[in-house]
Amino acid sequence: MSKTLIVDYGMGNLGSVKRAFEECGTDVFISDNPDDCEMADHIVLPGVGAFADGMAALTTAGWVDALHVATQQDNIPLLGICLGMQLLADKGFEGGETVGLGLIPGEVRRLVAVTSETRIPHVGWNEVNHGGKHPLFTGIPTGVDFYFVHSYHFVTANDDDTLAVTPYCGSFVSAVARNTVYGTQFHPEKSSRAGFQLIRNFMAL
Amino acid sequence: MLKVRIIPTLLWKNLGLVKGIGFDSWRRVGTIMPAVKVYNTRQVDELIVVDISATSEDRLPDFEEVREFSAECFVPLTVGGGIRNIEDIKQLLRAGADKVSINTAAFELPGLISDAAERFGSQCVVASIDARKNSNGSYRCFSRCGTLDTGREPSEWALEMERRGAGEILITSVDRDGSMKGYDIELIQLITSRVRIPVIASGGAGNYEHLFEAIDMGKAAAVAAASIFHFTEQTPLEARNYLAARGIPVRDAKMVVPLS
Repeated sequence: MSKTLIVDYGMGNLGSVKRAFEECGTDVFISDNPDDCEMADHIVLPGVGAFADGMAALTTAGWVDALHVATQQDNIPLLGICLGMQLLADKGFEGGETVGLGLIPGEVRRLVAVTSETRIPHVGWNEVNHGGKHPLFTGIPTGVDFYFVHSYHFVTANDDDTLAVTPYCGSFVSAVARNTVYGTQFHPEKSSRAGFQLIRNFMAL
Repeated sequence: MLKVRIIPTLLWKNLGLVKGIGFDSWRRVGTIMPAVKVYNTRQVDELIVVDISATSEDRLPDFEEVREFSAECFVPLTVGGGIRNIEDIKQLLRAGADKVSINTAAFELPGLISDAAERFGSQCVVASIDARKNSNGSYRCFSRCGTLDTGREPSEWALEMERRGAGEILITSVDRDGSMKGYDIELIQLITSRVRIPVIASGGAGNYEHLFEAIDMGKAAAVAAASIFHFTEQTPLEARNYLAARGIPVRDAKMVVPLS
């Protein structure tokens, strides 16, 4: 029986994520116990808040090793959403310099306005431009709007790990993928049909 | 590029959906749940729900009610009204709100905005400012559902809110609210020219051109509206198409992803 684990580390819109996955026909459960990774065939790491707090919470609860084992040894697909995607990085600079999960090489930095009209946080619907080939975006044309709400962004160390980019403050990485680890800066659970399609695509991986 | 948002606002008083004029003469226009469902089905950009009687009745936000309607809501949801402390915010976020809107408490509890931003992230915190125009042409912030003169000037207060960590400002013209005569562009400009965080304009929308004005002249990042959608045949989708035709970047109304 396929079960999707939503990581509860005290930060994140768990209810929204759970309902959206359920709406897409997924058998999900929320857990604050890292041992439950062994029961899951998909893992979702949501997150709303700051990088430093997020890592502190994950570390204290013992998720770091569990997530490494699940993705690097057992090849379980993992989807990081918003802060969850940012935590996949080597390090982040929000709330001080903090070591991240290190699952996808890169750093998390603050968005920097390039024009006087640019407002931060980046809130609202914006285009997600991808190469059109990755299964996470099956059925979703490039350029479709997804919902964003963030002030920091993931700077990938390798272009190969960049799955999608979005035009704001120049351009920033809006989705990442490396082996079975995926991340979206936008909120698929809040992004209407396109978001639900992405959730279904993730479940098919 | 980032699209402008059209945000229907639902005002909620004693479990009923209401709409007023100038924050007075409230008419009941239905109940919350059907409205939330309809907007959700229509895939609006975002939804704002404010319990306008919570603060004056000195009552907690109704978390159970929020849980119920947010279960039907898959669009970004901002909930406001009666928030007094961090615990209220935490409960609302757990109940399903994506963002919380805070007005009165920001004046009465210094530190709440910054505590909330630190704890939950700025992106969850919308500082809501209600403003009235004086006879001498200047503006003042009013709290407690438009009844209490705070003595603060809106652009100064908006700057203060930004400094403390609010992620967005929701600026409402009490005078224009419910009038459907257009937003108070001067008021919106006062705020957008002062802060660097996104500003949501509210109060006065009566037709699609008003929405355009708030964005084009007011420089609002989003337009919130209630009466226009409650009392006329106009819809958020048509509003989106109108703005697109006027050259405003809006979310793709056609949504090319097939419904499966």
